[in-house]
Amino acid sequence: MQFIMTANNPKNYQLTTDANLLTLHLSGDWLFQSGIPDIESFLQQLPESHPQKLTFNCDQMGRWDTGLMIFLVDLIQSSRKNNIEVDRESLPSGVQKLLQLSLAVPERRSERRARLGQPILAKIGNVTIEMHRSWTEMLTFIGDVFIAFINFLRGRAHFRASDLLFQIEAAGPSALFIVTLISVLVGMILAFVGAVQLRLFGAEIFIANLVGLGMAREMGAMMTAIVMAGRTGAAYAALLGTMQVNEEIDALKTIAVSPIEFLVLPRLIALVITMPLLCVYADFMGIMGGAIVSATMLDISFFQYFQQIQGFVGLSHFIIGIVKAIVFGILIASAGCFRGLQCGRSASAVGFSATSAVVTSIVLIIVADAIITVLCQVLGV
Amino acid sequence: MTPHLEINNLTMAYGDSVIQKNLNFTVKRGEIFIIMGGSGCGKSTLLRHLIGLLKPSEGEILVNGVSLWNTSFEERNKIISRSGVLFQGGALWSSMTLGENIELLLTEYTQLNNKQRQDVISYKLSLVGLSRYKDYYPSEISGGMRKRAGLARAIALDPEILFFDEPSAGLDPVSSRLLDNLILELRDSLGATIVIVSHELASIFTVGDNAIFLDPTEKTIIATGAPKHLLESSEDSRVIQFLTRTI
Repeated sequence: MQFIMTANNPKNYQLTTDANLLTLHLSGDWLFQSGIPDIESFLQQLPESHPQKLTFNCDQMGRWDTGLMIFLVDLIQSSRKNNIEVDRESLPSGVQKLLQLSLAVPERRSERRARLGQPILAKIGNVTIEMHRSWTEMLTFIGDVFIAFINFLRGRAHFRASDLLFQIEAAGPSALFIVTLISVLVGMILAFVGAVQLRLFGAEIFIANLVGLGMAREMGAMMTAIVMAGRTGAAYAALLGTMQVNEEIDALKTIAVSPIEFLVLPRLIALVITMPLLCVYADFMGIMGGAIVSATMLDISFFQYFQQIQGFVGLSHFIIGIVKAIVFGILIASAGCFRGLQCGRSASAVGFSATSAVVTSIVLIIVADAIITVLCQVLGV
Repeated sequence: MTPHLEINNLTMAYGDSVIQKNLNFTVKRGEIFIIMGGSGCGKSTLLRHLIGLLKPSEGEILVNGVSLWNTSFEERNKIISRSGVLFQGGALWSSMTLGENIELLLTEYTQLNNKQRQDVISYKLSLVGLSRYKDYYPSEISGGMRKRAGLARAIALDPEILFFDEPSAGLDPVSSRLLDNLILELRDSLGATIVIVSHELASIFTVGDNAIFLDPTEKTIIATGAPKHLLESSEDSRVIQFLTRTI
């Protein structure tokens, strides 16, 4: 018998050879917490001409776990490549069973990784197909919502009135605190920024015009929409996404209840009702914020401030803001519900849906605001 | 020899509502122990107590003779980390691939390098026949595969004790039988103690060495013994009804 190689603690092995047999003597503990021997260095030490059969001697082996199994799996797979026959019968029975399980399904390159390694043209093609699918879904959703709304007007939509009231309560009164806080601060910021400039011309009184017009036409609706997109739109996406994961939406479909009518419509109507009310409230709060800055920094009394606003900011400006708020409400509810219904079947997909709903809502709000502003300019409103 | 798991006078409750009381039983090292009983009797709640997720209202749980709750936080975590749990739906982390689900445990609890971790992941997934699905996300595989992947994660650190919550639930009979065989193979090869919560009779009789039967009315154990022995010799009608599916 010829001695070939030795590995030291904690995992000991010695390889010996005689005329036609390689014998691997395993001793000590083989626990993976203390490391796994590298099979490559083991193979490199094999002499060029060696017997084509490998057996084991485990008489001196102590405790073992995954550490031994990883070593043996690697050894067996490498031995196959080198045409060495491995005698597993000489291993403990527990090890043999685990090897049998482990080697039952041949190791292959992961199928998903193979898909990830596609050429660039295939990737571009897949992205294009995905975008097309997404657009088709969005158009289908818009169509479905439109049909559901027509059904609602005809009194044939299936949803619970209590759901609608709950959604109105959740989107309206429950949002008052955050809308108050944001609107007052925005009004104060507008007044403060304006004051610095207008003071140079001795035209401080026009702060009222700036804040009144800014809040009524733009900032009241816009800030309310952004708050609602983050607060309510994300909640819609998360809720509907979770319902998708739990197969609750599938359950609705199986009883022939349209998820668009039952889930989307109450939310859409709730935001169409609450958004203009919140917008008017935000306008008033923003104007109050401006009044506070005017009174404390510019010595403009509340009476002067409100008289100036009354004279300059007409009802039409408020109506433009209200129209915008209605449009924003439709966009926020649609984006939130669409992303929720589009959700995959996992917890991470719900998170992605909520994020996507907020991003989509904000982009749509800005685009819609720009379009409405240009339209108002063209129409001279 | 100290039992692997010893439960003394355990009472489980949510607030004032007692789920089960005065539970006493031991689980021997290397045995497959079944917790059985009808729906709503508190089987899964008992399992959540055994794995340290819920604190007993009364009584104690000893793992290798060490109390799970009358010990330091660090010691309790050490005990818990030496056990593996297969939850009913697999409970795989959905934002991670199957490989990453296993790798998280290896990163947290071992000093293995990346190559060694990948070898362990491939090996563990190969034990449950999923070596080709290492880069798949849980949402991309079937329910049965998720369960097997959950098992691969449960045995990632070669735990001394494995807890299974309804392992056969939602599986077809063939998959269920394959999972039973896998559980037996793992017990025989790893020598791990296995505690299973189940009401699947076929699995109970196939794998169970010992069992307790929880009753929701009496709120305690009404039968103890090997499932086959209980079937042959129990005189309690509730146990017989359960084990023979009679009304």
